[in-house]
Amino acid sequence: MNDRMMIEAAALSKRYGETQALDEVGLEVATGSIVGMLGPNGAGKTTALRILTTLSTPDRGQAWVAGHDVVTDAAAVRRQIGVTGQEATLDEVLTGRQNLVMVGELSRLRRAEARRRAKELLELFELTDAADRIVKGYSGGMRRRLDLAASLMMRPAVLFLDEPTTGLDPTSRQRMWGVIRGLVADGVTVLLTTQYLDEADALADSIVVLDHGRVVARGTPRELKAATGSQLLEVTLSAPHEGAATALAAFSVASVKTSDDGLRLWTPARNEPGLVVDALRTLDQAGVPVEDITVHRPSLDDVFAALTGGGAPKTEDAGVAA
Amino acid sequence: MSATAVSTVEIGAPTGFGRLRSWWDDVWALTRRSLIHVRRDPMQLADVTIQPVLFTLLFVYVFGAAMVLPGGGAYKQFVLAGLLVMNLTTAGMGTAVGLSTDLSTGVINRLRTLPMSQTAILVGGSLSNLLSAAVCSTIVAVTGLAIGWRPETALPSVLAGFGIALLFSYALTWLAADIALGVSSPESAQGIAFIIMFPLAFVSNAFAPTQGMPAWLATVANWNPVSAVAAACRVLFGNPNPSAAVDAWPMQHPVEASLLWSLVILVACVPLAARLYRRRTRN
Repeated sequence: MNDRMMIEAAALSKRYGETQALDEVGLEVATGSIVGMLGPNGAGKTTALRILTTLSTPDRGQAWVAGHDVVTDAAAVRRQIGVTGQEATLDEVLTGRQNLVMVGELSRLRRAEARRRAKELLELFELTDAADRIVKGYSGGMRRRLDLAASLMMRPAVLFLDEPTTGLDPTSRQRMWGVIRGLVADGVTVLLTTQYLDEADALADSIVVLDHGRVVARGTPRELKAATGSQLLEVTLSAPHEGAATALAAFSVASVKTSDDGLRLWTPARNEPGLVVDALRTLDQAGVPVEDITVHRPSLDDVFAALTGGGAPKTEDAGVAA
Repeated sequence: MSATAVSTVEIGAPTGFGRLRSWWDDVWALTRRSLIHVRRDPMQLADVTIQPVLFTLLFVYVFGAAMVLPGGGAYKQFVLAGLLVMNLTTAGMGTAVGLSTDLSTGVINRLRTLPMSQTAILVGGSLSNLLSAAVCSTIVAVTGLAIGWRPETALPSVLAGFGIALLFSYALTWLAADIALGVSSPESAQGIAFIIMFPLAFVSNAFAPTQGMPAWLATVANWNPVSAVAAACRVLFGNPNPSAAVDAWPMQHPVEASLLWSLVILVACVPLAARLYRRRTRN
């Protein structure tokens, strides 16, 4: 167990009947960092989180959180973690404040301390006005914030967030991102799962990509993007031209794709300076009528599609135009 | 965000007396939660408030008119102890449904990641049920007094009778918890609890002396824990108790039999509930 690692998992495996939910998953999260676990539905993200938060046990493998084994020392792990699940874990019939105070008391805070902390978090999450209304009447965004507040009652060293913004409107989502960044700035270690590539890209120091219970890639967002072939070169023609694909092949690191109407061509391209100028010159010399030429940094969508075999990269995402 | 600054102080695990103390704090916090639920929706207590009144009136005025007790005595003096036990027993169905509903929400997952005592969840639930059983008993007693039921013994004896009934009710709470933990939905909890609690309440001496039943059924009824508790209450209230003439050990020693039955149910059901809870929340 490495002191610098707040979360460490080795060869975690878990089976549910016929489904191998987790297959030899390893994970390291450095103290004070934020790691995103990315994957489609059923990739094993939630299972991994349930094991790390002591809600489930692995069939094989071991994991430590804050230095404590999640199976043999679950009680010690629970004293260090905050968990916000996909489903709201609030008592609908209690008010927001009552929920927080109850969680605080059950987290070994004294009643007065629990009340003080609840007030503080209700203010922080802009829930003061709704604090004494029952949770049943809260909006989705308010529930998420209250749920997160509940996870923070005892100032956990490690925070687990299972799809923290799923189902939130864009404003609530941005607000949640801000809160998570603030927590990390204060030294909390965060492991979050998400299906949203932009979320992992925006928040995480590093990303672990899961698919069918296996880790298919890991690295910083930048590394992952670089791994799938530097950049994406895209050319739009004013009229189809048979020499276009051949001309572009010189810059390609894979194959050149052409749209059905022959007007659009794209390819992963070598990462070199002056790519656009060189490509434009070559196309021009071949007599190809170029209307537009752009270079995209691949989005995580592209990366993800490439890693999980999800088909051709999508190019309609806003990229960096050259 | 500075308000959420992380403290690096590790909260230690409590030991010895502190451990018992914090266990009790957890139990109390969860009992209060149940009480808030009741305050928000008092109608969920209908089975221990309105039902006892209805059943008392129904049995005394509808069925009681046609009842003649072997050995004499007025039916309403006889039936009150039966009504008390029957209402407490059928309230077990509500317990099973309540716990099962709770287990199906995300609240349990939150509780399971907190550094709290995990048995506190079940114990807290059982204590709030005990409180509602006390409410139920009071309502049965008040309704009884209003229609002319009278205990013929001193107050300590009467209170002992209610105590035995409440202990039995508390034991049944754990049986209900086993049912709730063993099935997958509140609907099945309701169904299974009904199948168990209803015959338990009615195949007994609660409403009719067992002497009139077919022999095999009378044997079942005489050994039914509900009969022992009802007979014990009749003895302790000084009310007519035709079962005293029945030659079965529990009917000859109803107080001892009631205590024993409650103990046996607790010893069997509490550890089972703890095991089912762990299994239920493991995957």
